[in-house]
Amino acid sequence: MSAKTATERTQFTGLMRFLHWLMAAMVLTMLGIGVAMVASLGDYHTLVSIHRPLGIGILILVVIRLVTRLSSTLPAFPPTMSPQERLAAHASEMLLYTLLFVQPLVGWGMLSAARYPIVLFGSLHLFPILPHSVVLYAFLREAHTILAYLLFLAFIAHFGAILFHTLIVRDGMLGRMVPWRVRAR
Amino acid sequence: MAHLAANQDPKATHGGSTLARLAGIGVLLLGVVGAFLYLGGWFSPHELTPGRFVDEFQRVDGTYSGFRRNHAKGVCVRGFFDSNGQGTRLSKAVVFRSGRVPVIGRFSIGGGDPHASDALSDVRGLGLQFSLADGEEWRTAMINFPVFPFKDPQAFYDNLVASEPDPKTHQPDPAKGAAFLASHPETARALGIITSHAPSSGFANSTFYGLNAFRFTNADGTTTPVRWELVPVQPFEAASATGASQDKNFLFDGLIASILQHPLQWHLILTVGQPGDPTNDATIPWPEGREQVDVGTLTLDSVESEETSPARDINFDPLVLPEGITPSDDPLLSARSAIYSQSFTRRAGEKKEPSAITPAEVQK
Repeated sequence: MSAKTATERTQFTGLMRFLHWLMAAMVLTMLGIGVAMVASLGDYHTLVSIHRPLGIGILILVVIRLVTRLSSTLPAFPPTMSPQERLAAHASEMLLYTLLFVQPLVGWGMLSAARYPIVLFGSLHLFPILPHSVVLYAFLREAHTILAYLLFLAFIAHFGAILFHTLIVRDGMLGRMVPWRVRAR
Repeated sequence: MAHLAANQDPKATHGGSTLARLAGIGVLLLGVVGAFLYLGGWFSPHELTPGRFVDEFQRVDGTYSGFRRNHAKGVCVRGFFDSNGQGTRLSKAVVFRSGRVPVIGRFSIGGGDPHASDALSDVRGLGLQFSLADGEEWRTAMINFPVFPFKDPQAFYDNLVASEPDPKTHQPDPAKGAAFLASHPETARALGIITSHAPSSGFANSTFYGLNAFRFTNADGTTTPVRWELVPVQPFEAASATGASQDKNFLFDGLIASILQHPLQWHLILTVGQPGDPTNDATIPWPEGREQVDVGTLTLDSVESEETSPARDINFDPLVLPEGITPSDDPLLSARSAIYSQSFTRRAGEKKEPSAITPAEVQK
Protein backbone atom coordinates (compact mmCIF):
# COMPACT_ATOMS: atom_id res chain seq x y z
CA MET A 1 0.00 0.00 0.00
CA SER A 2 1.47 3.34 -0.97
CA ALA A 3 1.37 5.59 2.05
CA LYS A 4 0.43 9.13 1.31
CA THR A 5 1.99 11.01 4.19
CA ALA A 6 1.63 14.63 5.15
CA THR A 7 4.09 16.08 7.62
CA GLU A 8 1.38 18.10 9.34
CA ARG A 9 -0.86 15.07 10.03
CA THR A 10 -0.17 13.52 13.44
CA GLN A 11 -3.16 11.17 13.61
CA PHE A 12 -5.20 8.96 11.35
CA THR A 13 -8.42 10.66 10.22
CA GLY A 14 -11.39 10.54 12.58
CA LEU A 15 -13.19 8.05 10.35
CA MET A 16 -10.16 5.74 10.22
CA ARG A 17 -9.73 5.84 13.99
CA PHE A 18 -13.45 5.18 14.49
CA LEU A 19 -13.35 2.20 12.08
CA HIS A 20 -10.18 0.89 13.74
CA TRP A 21 -11.63 0.74 17.26
CA LEU A 22 -15.07 -0.43 16.14
CA MET A 23 -13.53 -3.26 14.15
CA ALA A 24 -11.04 -4.07 16.92
CA ALA A 25 -13.97 -4.66 19.29
CA MET A 26 -15.90 -6.64 16.67
CA VAL A 27 -12.97 -8.83 15.64
CA LEU A 28 -11.96 -9.64 19.23
CA THR A 29 -15.60 -10.48 20.05
CA MET A 30 -15.74 -12.60 16.91
CA LEU A 31 -12.58 -14.54 17.77
CA GLY A 32 -13.90 -15.12 21.30
CA ILE A 33 -17.30 -16.28 20.04
CA GLY A 34 -15.67 -18.49 17.43
CA VAL A 35 -13.40 -20.32 19.83
CA ALA A 36 -16.19 -20.65 22.43
CA MET A 37 -18.95 -21.86 20.13
CA VAL A 38 -17.07 -24.83 18.71
CA ALA A 39 -16.63 -26.11 22.28
CA SER A 40 -20.14 -25.30 23.48
CA LEU A 41 -23.36 -27.32 23.61
CA GLY A 42 -25.70 -25.07 25.58
CA ASP A 43 -24.65 -21.73 24.07
CA TYR A 44 -23.87 -23.00 20.58
CA HIS A 45 -27.04 -21.77 18.91
CA THR A 46 -26.94 -18.29 20.48
CA LEU A 47 -23.25 -17.86 19.63
CA VAL A 48 -23.69 -19.02 16.01
CA SER A 49 -26.64 -16.65 15.64
CA ILE A 50 -24.37 -13.74 16.60
CA HIS A 51 -21.35 -15.05 14.70
CA ARG A 52 -22.99 -14.95 11.25
CA PRO A 53 -24.26 -11.32 11.15
CA LEU A 54 -21.18 -10.06 13.00
CA GLY A 55 -18.93 -11.68 10.40
CA ILE A 56 -20.88 -10.12 7.54
CA GLY A 57 -20.68 -6.78 9.40
CA ILE A 58 -16.89 -7.11 9.51
CA LEU A 59 -16.81 -7.92 5.79
CA ILE A 60 -18.76 -4.75 4.95
CA LEU A 61 -16.67 -2.60 7.30
CA VAL A 62 -13.34 -3.90 6.01
CA VAL A 63 -14.30 -2.87 2.48
CA ILE A 64 -15.30 0.62 3.67
CA ARG A 65 -12.10 0.77 5.67
CA LEU A 66 -9.87 -0.21 2.77
CA VAL A 67 -11.43 2.48 0.57
CA THR A 68 -10.98 5.01 3.39
CA ARG A 69 -7.39 3.88 3.95
CA LEU A 70 -6.48 4.29 0.28
CA SER A 71 -8.09 7.71 -0.04
CA SER A 72 -6.84 9.32 3.19
CA THR A 73 -3.57 11.02 4.05
CA LEU A 74 -1.77 9.10 6.76
CA PRO A 75 0.28 10.32 9.72
CA ALA A 76 4.02 9.72 9.46
CA PHE A 77 5.69 6.85 11.31
CA PRO A 78 7.57 8.00 14.42
CA PRO A 79 11.26 8.70 13.70
CA THR A 80 12.17 5.91 16.14
CA MET A 81 11.18 3.30 13.54
CA SER A 82 13.88 1.78 11.38
CA PRO A 83 13.19 1.07 7.69
CA GLN A 84 12.90 -2.64 8.57
CA GLU A 85 10.30 -1.88 11.23
CA ARG A 86 8.35 0.25 8.78
CA LEU A 87 8.41 -2.57 6.26
CA ALA A 88 7.20 -5.00 8.94
CA ALA A 89 4.43 -2.57 9.94
CA HIS A 90 3.27 -2.30 6.32
CA ALA A 91 3.39 -6.05 5.81
CA SER A 92 1.42 -6.77 9.00
CA GLU A 93 -1.15 -4.13 8.04
CA MET A 94 -1.61 -5.81 4.66
CA LEU A 95 -1.87 -9.22 6.34
CA LEU A 96 -4.56 -7.95 8.70
CA TYR A 97 -6.59 -6.37 5.90
CA THR A 98 -6.32 -9.58 3.86
CA LEU A 99 -7.38 -11.79 6.77
CA LEU A 100 -10.27 -9.51 7.73
CA PHE A 101 -11.54 -9.67 4.14
CA VAL A 102 -10.92 -13.36 3.42
CA GLN A 103 -12.11 -14.84 6.74
CA PRO A 104 -15.78 -13.69 6.48
CA LEU A 105 -15.83 -14.68 2.79
CA VAL A 106 -14.62 -18.18 3.71
CA GLY A 107 -17.34 -18.33 6.40
CA TRP A 108 -20.01 -17.31 3.89
CA GLY A 109 -18.60 -19.71 1.33
CA MET A 110 -18.46 -22.67 3.70
CA LEU A 111 -22.09 -22.20 4.78
CA SER A 112 -23.02 -21.97 1.09
CA ALA A 113 -21.17 -25.19 0.25
CA ALA A 114 -22.83 -26.97 3.21
CA ARG A 115 -26.21 -25.73 1.98
CA TYR A 116 -26.93 -24.07 5.34
CA PRO A 117 -29.22 -21.06 5.08
CA ILE A 118 -27.15 -17.94 5.77
CA VAL A 119 -29.52 -16.20 8.16
CA LEU A 120 -28.61 -12.72 9.41
CA PHE A 121 -31.67 -11.50 11.34
CA GLY A 122 -35.20 -12.91 11.31
CA SER A 123 -36.10 -13.79 7.74
CA LEU A 124 -33.18 -11.77 6.31
CA HIS A 125 -30.67 -14.12 4.74
CA LEU A 126 -27.87 -14.05 2.19
CA PHE A 127 -27.72 -15.94 -1.08
CA PRO A 128 -25.21 -18.84 -1.38
CA ILE A 129 -21.96 -17.94 -3.13
CA LEU A 130 -20.84 -21.53 -3.82
CA PRO A 131 -22.55 -24.72 -5.03
CA HIS A 132 -23.63 -27.47 -2.61
CA SER A 133 -20.52 -29.59 -2.07
CA VAL A 134 -19.53 -31.19 1.21
CA VAL A 135 -15.97 -31.70 -0.06
CA LEU A 136 -15.70 -27.95 -0.60
CA TYR A 137 -17.34 -27.37 2.80
CA ALA A 138 -14.82 -29.64 4.55
CA PHE A 139 -11.91 -27.72 2.97
CA LEU A 140 -13.32 -24.28 3.77
CA ARG A 141 -14.32 -25.29 7.32
CA GLU A 142 -10.69 -26.29 7.96
CA ALA A 143 -9.47 -23.07 6.32
CA HIS A 144 -11.81 -21.05 8.55
CA THR A 145 -10.14 -22.48 11.66
CA ILE A 146 -6.60 -21.94 10.35
CA LEU A 147 -7.38 -18.36 9.28
CA ALA A 148 -8.91 -17.68 12.71
CA TYR A 149 -5.69 -18.77 14.44
CA LEU A 150 -3.65 -16.68 11.99
CA LEU A 151 -5.86 -13.68 12.70
CA PHE A 152 -5.43 -14.21 16.43
CA LEU A 153 -1.64 -14.42 16.07
CA ALA A 154 -1.61 -11.29 13.89
CA PHE A 155 -3.64 -9.51 16.57
CA ILE A 156 -1.22 -10.61 19.31
CA ALA A 157 1.75 -9.35 17.25
CA HIS A 158 -0.03 -6.04 16.58
CA PHE A 159 -0.99 -5.62 20.25
CA GLY A 160 2.52 -6.58 21.39
CA ALA A 161 4.15 -4.13 18.98
CA ILE A 162 2.02 -1.18 20.08
CA LEU A 163 2.57 -2.04 23.76
CA PHE A 164 6.33 -2.13 23.08
CA HIS A 165 6.26 1.27 21.36
CA THR A 166 4.06 2.79 24.04
CA LEU A 167 5.73 1.40 27.16
CA ILE A 168 9.35 0.79 26.14
CA VAL A 169 10.24 3.02 23.17
CA ARG A 170 7.75 5.69 24.28
CA ASP A 171 7.58 7.33 20.89
CA GLY A 172 3.88 8.19 21.14
CA MET A 173 2.95 5.84 18.34
CA LEU A 174 -0.37 5.01 19.98
CA GLY A 175 -1.31 8.69 19.73
CA ARG A 176 -1.74 8.25 15.98
CA MET A 177 -4.73 5.97 16.54
CA VAL A 178 -6.27 6.96 19.92
CA PRO A 179 -9.94 7.95 19.65
CA TRP A 180 -9.37 11.42 21.09
CA ARG A 181 -7.58 14.35 19.46
CA VAL A 182 -3.81 14.57 19.92
CA ARG A 183 -2.29 17.85 18.75
CA ALA A 184 1.18 18.24 17.31
CA ARG A 185 3.69 20.12 19.37
CA MET B 1 8.95 15.07 11.46
CA ALA B 2 5.95 15.26 13.72
CA HIS B 3 6.44 15.23 17.45
CA LEU B 4 3.58 14.02 19.51
CA ALA B 5 2.63 15.49 22.83
CA ALA B 6 0.87 12.42 24.15
CA ASN B 7 2.74 9.77 26.11
CA GLN B 8 5.92 11.77 26.05
CA ASP B 9 6.14 13.11 29.56
CA PRO B 10 9.94 12.99 30.14
CA LYS B 11 9.46 12.38 33.88
CA ALA B 12 7.67 9.11 33.16
CA THR B 13 10.84 7.53 31.80
CA HIS B 14 12.40 7.57 35.29
CA GLY B 15 9.67 5.44 36.88
CA GLY B 16 9.95 1.65 36.67
CA SER B 17 12.68 -0.30 34.98
CA THR B 18 12.41 -1.31 31.34
CA LEU B 19 12.51 -4.92 32.48
CA ALA B 20 9.43 -4.50 34.65
CA ARG B 21 7.58 -2.87 31.79
CA LEU B 22 8.62 -5.67 29.43
CA ALA B 23 7.35 -8.16 31.97
CA GLY B 24 4.10 -6.21 32.09
CA ILE B 25 3.72 -6.52 28.33
CA GLY B 26 4.36 -10.24 28.58
CA VAL B 27 1.71 -10.62 31.28
CA LEU B 28 -0.83 -8.66 29.18
CA LEU B 29 -0.24 -10.78 26.08
CA LEU B 30 -0.34 -14.02 28.06
CA GLY B 31 -3.55 -12.80 29.66
CA VAL B 32 -5.17 -12.35 26.25
CA VAL B 33 -3.98 -15.77 25.08
CA GLY B 34 -5.17 -17.31 28.35
CA ALA B 35 -8.60 -15.72 28.00
CA PHE B 36 -9.00 -17.26 24.54
CA LEU B 37 -7.82 -20.67 25.70
CA TYR B 38 -10.33 -20.42 28.55
CA LEU B 39 -13.17 -19.56 26.15
CA GLY B 40 -12.15 -22.48 23.93
CA GLY B 41 -12.41 -24.89 26.85
CA TRP B 42 -8.71 -25.78 27.07
CA PHE B 43 -8.82 -25.52 30.88
CA SER B 44 -11.89 -27.73 31.26
CA PRO B 45 -10.95 -31.02 29.57
CA HIS B 46 -13.91 -32.88 31.13
CA GLU B 47 -16.60 -30.46 30.02
CA LEU B 48 -18.98 -31.97 27.48
CA THR B 49 -18.28 -30.55 24.01
CA PRO B 50 -19.72 -31.40 20.57
CA GLY B 51 -16.43 -33.12 19.73
CA ARG B 52 -16.41 -35.29 22.87
CA PHE B 53 -20.06 -36.19 22.33
CA VAL B 54 -19.43 -37.38 18.78
CA ASP B 55 -16.29 -39.24 19.94
CA GLU B 56 -18.57 -41.18 22.30
CA PHE B 57 -20.97 -42.10 19.47
CA GLN B 58 -17.93 -43.44 17.63
CA ARG B 59 -16.75 -45.43 20.68
CA VAL B 60 -20.15 -47.11 20.99
CA ASP B 61 -20.94 -47.78 17.32
CA GLY B 62 -17.62 -47.46 15.50
CA THR B 63 -16.61 -44.98 12.79
CA TYR B 64 -17.91 -45.41 9.25
CA SER B 65 -16.32 -43.15 6.67
CA GLY B 66 -18.67 -40.56 5.21
CA PHE B 67 -21.71 -41.57 7.28
CA ARG B 68 -23.71 -39.74 9.93
CA ARG B 69 -22.48 -40.60 13.45
CA ASN B 70 -26.03 -41.47 14.48
CA HIS B 71 -28.98 -42.46 12.32
CA ALA B 72 -26.34 -43.61 9.83
CA LYS B 73 -28.58 -45.94 7.81
CA GLY B 74 -31.11 -44.11 5.69
CA VAL B 75 -32.89 -43.46 2.43
CA CYS B 76 -33.90 -40.14 0.90
CA VAL B 77 -37.30 -38.87 -0.21
CA ARG B 78 -38.90 -35.91 -1.94
CA GLY B 79 -42.33 -34.38 -1.93
CA PHE B 80 -44.20 -31.30 -0.82
CA PHE B 81 -46.15 -29.79 2.04
CA ASP B 82 -49.62 -28.35 1.43
CA SER B 83 -50.38 -25.83 4.13
CA ASN B 84 -54.07 -25.16 4.86
CA GLY B 85 -53.41 -21.77 6.47
CA GLN B 86 -54.52 -22.85 9.98
CA GLY B 87 -51.01 -22.50 11.38
CA THR B 88 -50.88 -18.73 10.80
CA ARG B 89 -52.97 -18.32 13.97
CA LEU B 90 -49.93 -19.53 15.93
CA SER B 91 -46.94 -18.57 13.78
CA LYS B 92 -46.23 -15.99 11.12
CA ALA B 93 -43.77 -18.43 9.47
CA VAL B 94 -44.26 -18.35 5.70
CA VAL B 95 -44.58 -22.16 5.67
CA PHE B 96 -47.98 -21.92 7.40
CA ARG B 97 -49.58 -19.63 4.81
CA SER B 98 -51.91 -21.49 2.44
CA GLY B 99 -49.92 -23.03 -0.36
CA ARG B 100 -47.41 -25.67 -1.33
CA VAL B 101 -43.69 -25.81 -0.50
CA PRO B 102 -41.19 -28.38 -1.78
CA VAL B 103 -39.73 -30.80 0.76
CA ILE B 104 -36.79 -33.15 0.76
CA GLY B 105 -36.14 -35.60 3.54
CA ARG B 106 -34.48 -38.70 4.82
CA PHE B 107 -35.83 -41.73 6.70
CA SER B 108 -33.36 -43.43 9.01
CA ILE B 109 -32.93 -45.84 11.87
CA GLY B 110 -31.01 -44.97 15.02
CA GLY B 111 -27.42 -46.06 15.59
CA GLY B 112 -24.08 -45.36 14.00
CA ASP B 113 -23.72 -48.54 11.90
CA PRO B 114 -24.90 -47.77 8.34
CA HIS B 115 -25.17 -51.48 7.52
CA ALA B 116 -27.06 -52.62 10.61
CA SER B 117 -30.01 -54.98 10.13
CA ASP B 118 -33.38 -53.29 10.55
CA ALA B 119 -35.20 -54.15 13.76
CA LEU B 120 -38.72 -53.27 14.84
CA SER B 121 -37.42 -51.88 18.10
CA ASP B 122 -35.08 -49.46 16.31
CA VAL B 123 -35.87 -45.81 16.69
CA ARG B 124 -37.09 -44.53 13.31
CA GLY B 125 -36.09 -41.06 12.21
CA LEU B 126 -37.40 -38.62 9.65
CA GLY B 127 -35.44 -35.49 8.75
CA LEU B 128 -37.20 -32.88 6.61
CA GLN B 129 -36.25 -29.68 4.89
CA PHE B 130 -39.04 -27.30 3.80
CA SER B 131 -37.87 -24.74 1.21
CA LEU B 132 -40.04 -21.67 1.70
CA ALA B 133 -41.02 -19.25 -1.05
CA ASP B 134 -39.02 -16.34 0.42
CA GLY B 135 -35.81 -18.38 0.48
CA GLU B 136 -36.07 -19.31 4.16
CA GLU B 137 -35.82 -22.91 5.30
CA TRP B 138 -37.36 -25.01 8.00
CA ARG B 139 -35.54 -28.18 8.98
CA THR B 140 -36.65 -30.71 11.52
CA ALA B 141 -35.40 -34.10 12.65
CA MET B 142 -38.13 -36.25 14.18
CA ILE B 143 -38.39 -39.76 15.62
CA ASN B 144 -41.22 -42.21 16.17
CA PHE B 145 -41.02 -41.93 20.00
CA PRO B 146 -43.62 -39.70 21.64
CA VAL B 147 -41.07 -38.54 24.24
CA PHE B 148 -37.27 -38.48 24.30
CA PRO B 149 -35.52 -40.78 26.80
CA PHE B 150 -33.02 -38.14 27.99
CA LYS B 151 -33.74 -34.76 29.51
CA ASP B 152 -30.41 -33.11 28.74
CA PRO B 153 -27.20 -33.72 26.78
CA GLN B 154 -25.33 -34.97 29.86
CA ALA B 155 -27.90 -37.73 30.45
CA PHE B 156 -27.72 -38.75 26.77
CA TYR B 157 -23.92 -38.83 26.98
CA ASP B 158 -23.90 -40.81 30.25
CA ASN B 159 -26.23 -43.35 28.66
CA LEU B 160 -23.87 -43.66 25.67
CA VAL B 161 -20.96 -44.27 28.06
CA ALA B 162 -23.03 -46.93 29.86
CA SER B 163 -23.72 -48.67 26.54
CA GLU B 164 -20.11 -48.84 25.35
CA PRO B 165 -19.31 -52.41 24.33
CA ASP B 166 -17.22 -54.33 26.85
CA PRO B 167 -13.78 -55.05 25.32
CA LYS B 168 -14.07 -58.77 26.21
CA THR B 169 -17.71 -59.60 25.45
CA HIS B 170 -18.21 -56.92 22.74
CA GLN B 171 -21.61 -56.36 24.36
CA PRO B 172 -22.74 -53.52 26.62
CA ASP B 173 -22.49 -54.30 30.33
CA PRO B 174 -26.10 -54.75 31.59
CA ALA B 175 -25.06 -53.64 35.08
CA LYS B 176 -24.01 -50.25 33.72
CA GLY B 177 -27.31 -49.82 31.89
CA ALA B 178 -29.23 -50.70 35.06
CA ALA B 179 -27.14 -48.24 37.08
CA PHE B 180 -27.89 -45.50 34.56
CA LEU B 181 -31.64 -46.15 34.76
CA ALA B 182 -31.54 -46.22 38.54
CA SER B 183 -29.95 -42.78 38.62
CA HIS B 184 -32.21 -41.37 35.87
CA PRO B 185 -35.85 -41.99 36.87
CA GLU B 186 -37.03 -39.61 34.13
CA THR B 187 -35.48 -41.97 31.54
CA ALA B 188 -37.20 -44.98 33.10
CA ARG B 189 -40.54 -43.09 33.00
CA ALA B 190 -39.99 -42.02 29.37
CA LEU B 191 -39.09 -45.56 28.33
CA GLY B 192 -42.33 -46.73 29.96
CA ILE B 193 -44.29 -44.33 27.74
CA ILE B 194 -42.29 -45.30 24.65
CA THR B 195 -42.75 -49.06 25.12
CA SER B 196 -46.48 -48.65 25.80
CA HIS B 197 -46.84 -47.57 22.14
CA ALA B 198 -46.41 -50.70 20.03
CA PRO B 199 -44.32 -49.93 16.93
CA SER B 200 -46.16 -49.91 13.63
CA SER B 201 -45.26 -52.25 10.77
CA GLY B 202 -43.08 -49.73 8.94
CA PHE B 203 -41.99 -46.19 8.25
CA ALA B 204 -45.10 -45.37 6.20
CA ASN B 205 -47.55 -45.82 9.07
CA SER B 206 -45.34 -44.41 11.82
CA THR B 207 -46.14 -41.22 13.67
CA PHE B 208 -43.10 -38.94 13.90
CA TYR B 209 -42.69 -36.51 16.78
CA GLY B 210 -40.75 -33.24 16.89
CA LEU B 211 -40.07 -34.03 20.59
CA ASN B 212 -38.76 -30.66 21.74
CA ALA B 213 -41.02 -27.69 22.39
CA PHE B 214 -40.62 -24.60 20.23
CA ARG B 215 -41.95 -21.07 20.54
CA PHE B 216 -44.37 -19.99 17.81
CA THR B 217 -44.92 -16.25 17.31
CA ASN B 218 -47.82 -15.00 15.19
CA ALA B 219 -48.27 -11.73 13.28
CA ASP B 220 -49.76 -10.07 16.40
CA GLY B 221 -46.57 -10.86 18.31
CA THR B 222 -48.21 -13.49 20.54
CA THR B 223 -45.84 -16.33 21.43
CA THR B 224 -47.11 -19.83 22.26
CA PRO B 225 -45.22 -23.01 23.19
CA VAL B 226 -45.83 -25.68 20.52
CA ARG B 227 -44.86 -29.29 19.89
CA TRP B 228 -45.55 -30.96 16.57
CA GLU B 229 -46.03 -34.42 15.15
CA LEU B 230 -46.63 -36.01 11.76
CA VAL B 231 -49.63 -38.37 11.87
CA PRO B 232 -49.75 -40.87 9.00
CA VAL B 233 -52.71 -41.09 6.64
CA GLN B 234 -51.63 -44.71 6.03
CA PRO B 235 -53.56 -46.87 8.53
CA PHE B 236 -51.76 -48.22 11.58
CA GLU B 237 -50.83 -51.86 11.37
CA ALA B 238 -49.20 -53.58 14.30
CA ALA B 239 -45.68 -54.72 13.66
CA SER B 240 -46.19 -58.31 14.76
CA ALA B 241 -48.76 -58.93 12.01
CA THR B 242 -46.18 -58.58 9.23
CA GLY B 243 -43.30 -60.81 10.26
CA ALA B 244 -41.19 -59.64 7.31
CA SER B 245 -38.06 -59.31 9.40
CA GLN B 246 -36.04 -61.88 7.42
CA ASP B 247 -34.76 -59.15 5.10
CA LYS B 248 -32.08 -57.07 6.79
CA ASN B 249 -33.49 -53.95 5.11
CA PHE B 250 -37.15 -54.83 5.65
CA LEU B 251 -38.11 -51.42 7.06
CA PHE B 252 -36.50 -49.55 4.17
CA ASP B 253 -37.69 -52.03 1.52
CA GLY B 254 -41.23 -51.71 2.88
CA LEU B 255 -41.02 -47.92 2.62
CA ILE B 256 -39.65 -48.08 -0.94
CA ALA B 257 -42.35 -50.52 -2.06
CA SER B 258 -45.18 -48.44 -0.64
CA ILE B 259 -43.90 -45.10 -1.93
CA LEU B 260 -43.47 -46.57 -5.43
CA GLN B 261 -47.07 -47.79 -5.22
CA HIS B 262 -48.64 -44.50 -4.12
CA PRO B 263 -47.52 -41.24 -2.50
CA LEU B 264 -47.36 -41.35 1.31
CA GLN B 265 -49.06 -38.69 3.40
CA TRP B 266 -48.92 -37.34 6.92
CA HIS B 267 -50.88 -34.60 8.67
CA LEU B 268 -48.73 -32.02 10.42
CA ILE B 269 -50.38 -31.57 13.82
CA LEU B 270 -49.38 -28.76 16.18
CA THR B 271 -50.05 -29.28 19.89
CA VAL B 272 -50.61 -25.98 21.69
CA GLY B 273 -49.00 -25.77 25.11
CA GLN B 274 -50.64 -24.12 28.10
CA PRO B 275 -48.88 -22.03 30.73
CA GLY B 276 -47.07 -24.43 33.04
CA ASP B 277 -46.55 -27.15 30.43
CA PRO B 278 -42.87 -28.09 30.56
CA THR B 279 -40.96 -26.76 27.55
CA ASN B 280 -37.49 -27.65 28.87
CA ASP B 281 -37.93 -31.39 29.32
CA ALA B 282 -38.56 -33.64 26.31
CA THR B 283 -38.98 -36.71 28.57
CA ILE B 284 -42.36 -35.43 29.81
CA PRO B 285 -45.46 -35.52 27.58
CA TRP B 286 -47.86 -32.59 27.79
CA PRO B 287 -51.17 -33.35 29.51
CA GLU B 288 -53.93 -35.03 27.53
CA GLY B 289 -56.52 -32.79 25.93
CA ARG B 290 -54.23 -30.01 24.75
CA GLU B 291 -55.58 -28.27 21.66
CA GLN B 292 -54.28 -29.78 18.41
CA VAL B 293 -54.28 -27.95 15.09
CA ASP B 294 -53.97 -29.75 11.75
CA VAL B 295 -51.95 -27.27 9.69
CA GLY B 296 -51.47 -29.20 6.47
CA THR B 297 -50.47 -32.36 4.69
CA LEU B 298 -47.01 -33.67 3.88
CA THR B 299 -46.86 -35.79 0.72
CA LEU B 300 -43.76 -37.85 -0.08
CA ASP B 301 -43.92 -39.18 -3.63
CA SER B 302 -40.41 -40.20 -4.59
CA VAL B 303 -37.60 -42.16 -2.98
CA GLU B 304 -33.93 -42.47 -3.84
CA SER B 305 -30.70 -43.83 -2.46
CA GLU B 306 -28.52 -41.54 -0.37
CA GLU B 307 -25.91 -41.92 -3.07
CA THR B 308 -27.91 -39.89 -5.58
CA SER B 309 -29.84 -37.53 -3.30
CA PRO B 310 -28.74 -34.10 -2.07
CA ALA B 311 -30.39 -35.01 1.26
CA ARG B 312 -27.37 -37.13 2.17
CA ASP B 313 -25.32 -33.94 2.36
CA ILE B 314 -27.86 -31.91 4.32
CA ASN B 315 -27.61 -31.48 8.05
CA PHE B 316 -31.17 -31.75 9.39
CA ASP B 317 -30.31 -29.29 12.14
CA PRO B 318 -33.48 -28.75 14.19
CA LEU B 319 -32.53 -25.11 14.76
CA VAL B 320 -32.71 -24.13 11.10
CA LEU B 321 -36.00 -22.33 11.64
CA PRO B 322 -38.00 -19.74 9.69
CA GLU B 323 -38.96 -16.39 11.19
CA GLY B 324 -41.98 -17.15 13.41
CA ILE B 325 -40.50 -20.24 15.12
CA THR B 326 -37.79 -19.97 17.80
CA PRO B 327 -36.23 -22.53 20.12
CA SER B 328 -37.71 -23.11 23.58
CA ASP B 329 -35.58 -23.34 26.73
CA ASP B 330 -35.09 -27.10 26.14
CA PRO B 331 -31.33 -27.73 26.67
CA LEU B 332 -31.41 -30.51 24.07
CA LEU B 333 -32.03 -28.09 21.20
CA SER B 334 -28.78 -26.13 21.15
CA ALA B 335 -26.89 -29.35 21.91
CA ARG B 336 -28.54 -31.17 19.00
CA SER B 337 -27.60 -28.30 16.70
CA ALA B 338 -23.97 -28.34 17.90
CA ILE B 339 -23.59 -32.14 17.75
CA TYR B 340 -25.29 -32.53 14.34
CA SER B 341 -22.93 -29.86 13.04
CA GLN B 342 -19.91 -31.70 14.45
CA SER B 343 -21.08 -34.97 12.87
CA PHE B 344 -21.71 -33.16 9.57
CA THR B 345 -18.25 -31.58 9.54
CA ARG B 346 -16.54 -34.91 10.27
CA ARG B 347 -18.35 -36.86 7.55
CA ALA B 348 -18.10 -34.03 5.01
CA GLY B 349 -14.37 -34.49 4.71
CA GLU B 350 -14.39 -38.28 4.57
CA LYS B 351 -14.44 -40.65 1.62
CA LYS B 352 -18.01 -41.72 0.82
CA GLU B 353 -18.76 -45.44 1.07
CA PRO B 354 -21.84 -47.01 -0.57
CA SER B 355 -25.05 -46.85 1.45
CA ALA B 356 -26.82 -50.05 2.50
CA ILE B 357 -29.84 -48.86 0.54
CA THR B 358 -28.23 -48.67 -2.91
CA PRO B 359 -29.73 -47.07 -6.03
CA ALA B 360 -30.47 -50.63 -7.27
CA GLU B 361 -32.34 -51.41 -4.04
CA VAL B 362 -34.60 -48.42 -4.63
CA GLN B 363 -35.48 -49.51 -8.20
CA LYS B 364 -36.37 -53.11 -7.32
